[in-house]
Amino acid sequence: MKFMVLVKATADSEGGRMPKREQFESMIAFNEQLANDGILLAAEGLRASSKGARLRFDGGRTTVIDGPFAETKELISGFWIVQGKSREEVVERFTHVPFEHGEVIEIREFHEPEDFGEVFSEDLQERAGRMTS
Amino acid sequence: MQETIAAVWRIESPKLIARLARMTRDVGRAEDLAADAFVAALAQWPSEGIPRTPGAWLMTAAKRRLIDSVRREKRLAEKTERRQNQLPYDGAEPDFAATYEDIQDDMLRLMFVACHPVLSPEARVALTLKLLGGLTTAEIARAYLSSEATVAQRIVRAKRALSETRVSFEVPEGQERVQRLAPVLEALYLIFNEGYAATAGHDVLRPELVEDALRLGRILARLMPHEAEVHGLVALMEIQASRIPARVASDGSAILLLDQDRGKWNHLLIQRGLGALARAERLGAPGPYALQASIAACHARAATPGGTDWQRIVALYDAFAVIMPSPVVELNRGVAVGMAYGPDAALAIVDALLDEPSLHAYHLLPGVRGDLLFKIGRLGEARLEFERALALAANGRDRAFFQKRADECRNA
Repeated sequence: MKFMVLVKATADSEGGRMPKREQFESMIAFNEQLANDGILLAAEGLRASSKGARLRFDGGRTTVIDGPFAETKELISGFWIVQGKSREEVVERFTHVPFEHGEVIEIREFHEPEDFGEVFSEDLQERAGRMTS
Repeated sequence: MQETIAAVWRIESPKLIARLARMTRDVGRAEDLAADAFVAALAQWPSEGIPRTPGAWLMTAAKRRLIDSVRREKRLAEKTERRQNQLPYDGAEPDFAATYEDIQDDMLRLMFVACHPVLSPEARVALTLKLLGGLTTAEIARAYLSSEATVAQRIVRAKRALSETRVSFEVPEGQERVQRLAPVLEALYLIFNEGYAATAGHDVLRPELVEDALRLGRILARLMPHEAEVHGLVALMEIQASRIPARVASDGSAILLLDQDRGKWNHLLIQRGLGALARAERLGAPGPYALQASIAACHARAATPGGTDWQRIVALYDAFAVIMPSPVVELNRGVAVGMAYGPDAALAIVDALLDEPSLHAYHLLPGVRGDLLFKIGRLGEARLEFERALALAANGRDRAFFQKRADECRNA
C-alpha cells in the first residue's frame, strides 16, 4: 500500500521563512530512517501559496485565481509518499516526525484501481491512463 | 493498541534482531529475545502507553533478558563444572560492547547470515522475510500459499543449520563479498518474482510480496551503496513493479508487455528505477541485474510499443548472453531479434533451442515459437505450438492465454 503524508501550511511556510539548520538536520535524519527502512518513495517541500494558483470550475466557466490563499491551515507545505503495510504502521512512524510547534500532518491512503468498482470501468481506466502518459 | 504494537514490531524487530544477533552470534536466540521483549511490551504498553522511543525500550528489555539468561547459564555451568568439570553451555560470551555500533552494520551482517550459502534458497527466502522483513510466519505462509507449520519448520531448520555450522557474523570482504552477495540478491529477486509472476495458484500477482522485495532491496542499497549490482537489482525490481497496474486485465488474465496500457505504468517507480540504474552504471561495468534493468528501462522509456529501441535491447541481450549464458536468455534474445530484425531471423535462434533438454518442459519455448510462426503466416504449425505451450503452462491464466492464441490460429 502507498500513503501520502501531507504537511499543513503554517504562518512560517506561507511567509516563505525557511526552517533553521537544526530543524533541517533533524528532518534529514528522519527521512534517512525512512530510506534505510526501504519505504521512502518521495519527500518534497512546497513553496508558499503566493507562488501558486488555483483553478475553479463552474458550469463550463474556468476561473484562475493567483495565490496567496487565505486559509493557511487548509494549505499544504510539503508531502511524503511512503510504502506501508497498514495505516497504523505509517501513523507510528510519523509520530516521530521532528515537529513540535503546532504543525499538523495528515495521512492518506492511495486509491487502488479496484476501489473505483463499476464507475471506473475498464475503458474509462484506459482513457485515464492515456491522459497521464 | 494491538495494531499499533504489531506495527512497531514490523518497524523495530529487524533492527532489534540484527543487534541481538550481532551480540549473541545466534539468530535463533536473538529472535527469541526480541519476541520476549515484545511480549513484555504487550503487557506494559496498553496501560502505560507507547514509549517515546519504542526501539530503545525494546532493546533495553531484550538486553536485560539476555544478561539474566547469561548469568543463569554461568551459574549452571559453575555448578556442573564442580561436579563433572564439563560446560553445558558452550556459547560465546555475548558481545555487549557491540550495542553502540552502527545499526546499519548489524543489518548488513544479518542479511548475509540469513542468505548464507549453507541454507537452501527457500530457507534464505523465509529467513529474510522473517528476520529482515519483519513478517510473521503466518504472513509468509499466506504469501507462499503454504501452511504455517511448514514455514515454521523451514525457519527452525534454517536456524539450526546456521548454529550447527557456526557461521561467521562478519561482513565478508573482497572476493568473498562478491560470492556471498549473489545469494542475497537471488533471495530478494526470488521474493519479487513470487509476487510478480506467481508460480502457484491462480493469481498472476501477489503485490504484498513485490512490496516486501522492493523494501528489502532499497534497504540493501542503503547498506551497500557502492555495489553496482545491488542498485542494478533495485532498478530491475522498481521498473518491473511499475508495470503492475497495467499487467492484469479486469478478468484476471495477464496482459503482455507490448499490449499493456503504458499510461497505467507507475511513473514514480519508473523514475526511481531509472535513478537506481544510473547509480549502478556509475559504479562499474554492468552485471546481470543491471543489464536486465537496462533492458527493462528500454521499455520504460518508450512512450509507445512502436517506439521501443529493439536494436539496443538485442545488444543488451548479446552482452547478457556473454556473462550469463543460458537457454532462457537465448530465447529472450530470440524474441528481441524478432522485434528488431523480423520473425525469420528470430526463428533461426529459437529453432536452435528445440533440442535443449532444459527447455523441454518450458511453456514459453513453444509460446514464443508459436508467435513467430504466426507472424510468418505458418498458422497450422503456430497452433500446434500454442497447444504445446498450453499443456506445459502451470498458471491457469497462462493456459487461458495460450488457448486464446491457439483459437486465433484456427480462426485466422
